[in-house]
Amino acid sequence: MNSFIRTIAAAALVATAWTAPAMAAKDTITLGVVLEPPHLDPTAGAAAAIDEIVYANVFEGLTRIGSKGEILPALAESWEISEDGKTYTFHLHTGVKFHDGSDFDADDVKFSIDRARAEDSTNAQKGLFKAIENVEVVDPATVKVTLSSPAGNFLFNMGWGDAVMVAAESAEGNKENPVGTGPFKFSSWSKGSAIEIVRNDAYWGKPVALSKATFRIIPDASAAIAALQAGDVDGFPNFPAPEAIPAFQADPRFSVVIGSTEGETILAMNNKRAPFDNLKVRAAISSAIDRKAIIDGAMFGLGTPIGTHFAPHHPAYDAETINTWPYDVEKAKALLKEAGFENGIKAKLTLPPPTYARRGGEIIASQLRAIGIDLEIVPVEWKQWLEGPFKGDFDMTIVSHTEPMDIGIYANPGYYFGYDGKEFQAVMDKLNLTTDEAARYGLMADAQKIIARDAVNVYLFELAKTGVWDAKINGLWENSPVQANDLTGVSWSD
Amino acid sequence: MAWFFAKRLVSFTVTLALATIVIFTMLEIVPGDPARLMLGINATQDAVDALRQQMGLDIPPLARYFAWVSGMLTGDFGRSYTYSVPVAELIGDRLWVSLPLAMISLALSTLVALPVGIAAASRRGSAADTGIMASTQLGVAIPNFWFAILLVYVFAVTLRWVPAGGFPGWDKGLMPGLTALILPSIALALPQAAILSRVTRSALVEALGEDYIRTARAKGLGRRAVLWRHALRNALIPVVTIMGLQFAFLLAGTIIIENVFYLPGLGRLVFQAITQNDLPVVQNVVMLLVATVIIINFLVDIAYALIDPRLRKREA
Repeated sequence: MNSFIRTIAAAALVATAWTAPAMAAKDTITLGVVLEPPHLDPTAGAAAAIDEIVYANVFEGLTRIGSKGEILPALAESWEISEDGKTYTFHLHTGVKFHDGSDFDADDVKFSIDRARAEDSTNAQKGLFKAIENVEVVDPATVKVTLSSPAGNFLFNMGWGDAVMVAAESAEGNKENPVGTGPFKFSSWSKGSAIEIVRNDAYWGKPVALSKATFRIIPDASAAIAALQAGDVDGFPNFPAPEAIPAFQADPRFSVVIGSTEGETILAMNNKRAPFDNLKVRAAISSAIDRKAIIDGAMFGLGTPIGTHFAPHHPAYDAETINTWPYDVEKAKALLKEAGFENGIKAKLTLPPPTYARRGGEIIASQLRAIGIDLEIVPVEWKQWLEGPFKGDFDMTIVSHTEPMDIGIYANPGYYFGYDGKEFQAVMDKLNLTTDEAARYGLMADAQKIIARDAVNVYLFELAKTGVWDAKINGLWENSPVQANDLTGVSWSD
Repeated sequence: MAWFFAKRLVSFTVTLALATIVIFTMLEIVPGDPARLMLGINATQDAVDALRQQMGLDIPPLARYFAWVSGMLTGDFGRSYTYSVPVAELIGDRLWVSLPLAMISLALSTLVALPVGIAAASRRGSAADTGIMASTQLGVAIPNFWFAILLVYVFAVTLRWVPAGGFPGWDKGLMPGLTALILPSIALALPQAAILSRVTRSALVEALGEDYIRTARAKGLGRRAVLWRHALRNALIPVVTIMGLQFAFLLAGTIIIENVFYLPGLGRLVFQAITQNDLPVVQNVVMLLVATVIIINFLVDIAYALIDPRLRKREA
């Protein structure tokens, strides 16, 4: 008997010795981020850097957006939509607690939504809440949201970082000390240096594999390369040095993952201003642009050509739109002649600071010179861009629209590029009335075709998401349908 | 001495006052609305207006100027737009990185430069002198960010002795903090040391050619005694001037090195604040740096007077 116990004990010891390395598998991660967030409250700022830390990790909304841009349940475990598409009844998870220990219930939902849509709200995406007429607490686990008119993308909107759930007691302090319901809670922030989040052991859902995550702020591209190679950071979900990608691809210690973002990079044209109010002129310009040359020349070959204003990783993307105005210099010249501009056009091309605009702009200027369009390049700072082109004072400009699912901006004739397409607006109105996913995808495809056909802007390419991380890390997102570093599914393999 | 001091103090105060006006006016004429910049291009106008009001941008400029200056005098530097914490707190945190970094670099550069400069001057024309001068020429010519990257590749990426960058914070202990600052200090100190040793050498060579040196030698004093007792003291004025300028540069102009090593220092704070249109931070950090330079110049002036009694008398 004694020897039996000893054998068991010995076997157990051996077993522990064997499994010990596995038990000790790394459960912390250090990720590099280029920009430091101004603060950590996603409901009070547009900076993507905020969501890159807190989205899905610290804060959760009623719904959340998954890695392909799909809508997933989050704090609301299910919902019903009324026949007329105006009433959404959300059933909340019970037993959910905020990081400060207070309970999450329907009152917090009402508070969060009402706060975001209030008169004095500084929510950067206040438009997401525009359709809401009333939020009603039915019982602690049920909330009824009534819309003034149907908004088919309402569930998607509620998945944005700007629509996360906060508590009345802690909302004011969220900028410095974010209190959410997520699987991680905020631990520390040394300004200019690093932000740390740790596992929330009281999390209501599936616990995360990581016990701690550190985001280190490394703005310099060469510093980013060195930090990865020296092992100071385990990865960069958005790696800032595209020129170093081949070196990391050749190094077996790293995974290089090139996906796409929600950043549709466009050559915007002022549809209200001559000669760009002429479809033939816009079509000529669209046909004169060689997207591949721009991606290779300005983006180190990273980026996906697009034919419309829609993210190519999304299931509803219409890939055929790329052939609406294929690269054809002769056709472009012919179109320009038909429009009555055989003697050429002179215009200004205003360029904000990012490389895609500055380098891309030079390539575009030389491509358009080939069909007789003479562009004067005007480089500006973001502040000037917001005061000029964004207020409608421009001929042409290059900018990346990084908000997810933002094709709706084409329905607003007051938006800076000034597109007033009745057919498009009708499709958008219909889309707002539609809640069925398949029907919505069909309408989205129609919308994409219309703006491609009308050559509203030249759709250049989707900004790439270039991730470089330790080959042993699993579960980081390949694409970024929302600007986030969702760590909920991240783990290390042995 | 008192008169000398008083005169310096007046010019010090006037320069500071002028600096506040220049800084405020420059930031006032910069285009763009900080509120719109923070909320991005999809924000609605009423959200932007609400933020403008929160930030106090609806108050007229003159009133804002006086509020700023009077706030500074009482130690209130306002709140950062982006971080929404008191600016004094932000600056305080950053100074704990920038100040030690500047001091270590200055100490390193002085410790290297003075002996090297003195050695070169005392063996003027020798092979050692030529060798030292050639290598300092190289030290001046090498850009410090390039040297920094080189240091990172050797000591962090290849040898893995020190981290490639970042700063753990002094609360993690003295050693981790010093380890994080060692490569940046060396990168910063190298060109400074090269310049300083050249200045030391030429000042000393000049002093050694003066009549009083010949007199001292004729009196029977040894080479060594003459060098240390007479020549060095007279050669110190240009050396101290350069050191003063270098310290001001090390505190304010380290932004490139701070970026290479991603250190949370003052240079990066001000750079970040400029790109984010965080006016209270820009205003106050720039003011602080200007004030530091003026104070250092003031101290250097006082140091002149201590080193060379003739200066005090002439001014009086």
